Amino acid sequence: MNTPVVSLSNAGKSYQQLDALKSVTMHLNQGEVMGLFGHNGAGKTTMMKLILGVISPSRGNVEVMGMAPDSKEAWHTRSKVGYLPENVSFYEQLTGLEVLTYFAKLKGFSKKQAIDLLEQVGITHAMKRQVKTYSKGMRQRLGLAQAFIGEPKLLLLDEPTVGLDPIATRDFYKTVDQLKSNGSSVILCSHVLPGVEQHIDRAMILSTGQLLAMGTLKELRQQAALPVAIKPSGLNGSVANDSKLNRFLSENCPQTLMVPEHEKLSVLKQLLSHDTLEDLQVETANLEQVYQHFLSLHELSAHGKQHELGLQAKGEQS
Amino acid sequence: MRQILTVANKEFQDGLRNRWLISITLIFALLSIGLTYFGAAASGAVGVASLSTTVASLASLAVFLIPLIALLLSYDSFVGEQESGTLLLLLTYPLSKSQLLLGKFIGQGGIIALATLLGFGSSAVLLYIQLGDPDVLTSFSVFIFSAVLLGLSFTAISYLISLSVSEKSKAAGFALITWFLFALAFDLALLALLVGVEEGLSQSGLTQLMMLNPADIFRLVNLSGLDSSDVNGALAVAINASLSQAQLFTALFAWVALPLTLAIFIFKRKKL
Repeated sequence: MNTPVVSLSNAGKSYQQLDALKSVTMHLNQGEVMGLFGHNGAGKTTMMKLILGVISPSRGNVEVMGMAPDSKEAWHTRSKVGYLPENVSFYEQLTGLEVLTYFAKLKGFSKKQAIDLLEQVGITHAMKRQVKTYSKGMRQRLGLAQAFIGEPKLLLLDEPTVGLDPIATRDFYKTVDQLKSNGSSVILCSHVLPGVEQHIDRAMILSTGQLLAMGTLKELRQQAALPVAIKPSGLNGSVANDSKLNRFLSENCPQTLMVPEHEKLSVLKQLLSHDTLEDLQVETANLEQVYQHFLSLHELSAHGKQHELGLQAKGEQS
Repeated sequence: MRQILTVANKEFQDGLRNRWLISITLIFALLSIGLTYFGAAASGAVGVASLSTTVASLASLAVFLIPLIALLLSYDSFVGEQESGTLLLLLTYPLSKSQLLLGKFIGQGGIIALATLLGFGSSAVLLYIQLGDPDVLTSFSVFIFSAVLLGLSFTAISYLISLSVSEKSKAAGFALITWFLFALAFDLALLALLVGVEEGLSQSGLTQLMMLNPADIFRLVNLSGLDSSDVNGALAVAINASLSQAQLFTALFAWVALPLTLAIFIFKRKKL
């Protein structure tokens, strides 16, 4: 394996009072798509800015394609990096084509490439119109076209699907998959979790500047040890009477069995042995639940002391 | 260099698109032609006034207008892009902060310079045709050249403002105050010093103080060559101890280069 495209080692950024990013170590390989999740103020944008070389780390090391992105030597690598900021409103009085041509020229490309990109994101019909007449979705497409200039080796996309309709979202993910198969690495930053799962190789969860978890979805699911939800139908009361099954039932959802991953198959077999079974729904924990799990875990440890005391008190009572 | 020109071209195109070039040119042309023909109206005659009267009245108008126009044109060039998010985006491009700043300066400075040249140049040509006096061309080229430098100086100053604040509305406020200080308050303060403080200020001391204001340098450049009967106020005193034109132009040039360098310095340290 050659050198990672992005590598952060204990990298952090502090402003006067605030640790925007505490200490993060991560590597992104060529052709890998990383999902970066976290709520507002989690440090996602700070991390992106560090990788882009717009700010310098307060501690630790950041390397992009083998160079510190804020150094002079990294200058020429910048044209191989594409970035879509979260909130950007392009020059309103310019037409879409003029905006994209300006950005393309700054990266050393021509108007022709700009037109091709506009075609790729599907706004050729509006390219001669001023950006101020664009809808939210069209602006987002223009931003994406801007990030795609020059087939970047590294793409950083902050909330790329905000404002896109389902078809445009699908087109967008198609482009991401295509870039990935061409060997580009992508960092996708998002709060919107559904839909993103199939397109990322690994996920990173950040909260208040801290890295909570990182890994493939499978690894994260294992770490989180979230139960699988199994919904049988047609069994009526017999689940509650089955001693092997009724311990998986919880009070707030009496129809659904919450089963740990390793017991899934044995429970399924047991369910199949019931003749009245009509249908089964098996749902493994999705990214959103994994994300929620790590966040709540983090909040728990933040108020750790308090909670431990609380739990102890409960234990004594029972 | 290619990057600087790309940015400069975009800013210049913006100036054309927003009708800045055409409106500034028109304002300057109308003013200067009007003054040229009706400048003598006060003395009861309509027609071409004397050259020195014309240049004197043009200079005293331009000294208010040019800084105001330059500040209006450029006060939001950085803070505006910061608010819309394109500044951050541009800085992730292979484009250095000084390249971006110089590109903007060339583009917007080009608008001001071209408008000044066309606007005042038109009346120079008109006056030359009427009078047939080659002196017209020399005094107008001094006037136009110094007016361009004055415009560039205030463009650089407005970059300082635009880079130091975080909101567009604040930048507008600061631009207005800057204009007021340089165009009006500074002279009043000088006059107060002259009159109020006895033996406080020598003639050369006064001239040196005037070097602290690009608008006053501009006045000195254009009025020192004229009959002092057309000039009054603090300026008349200063003119008697006048510096050479070359020195004045150097000072005016410094008022372009220094704010620009300082702006680059501030930009480099600016947090994004």
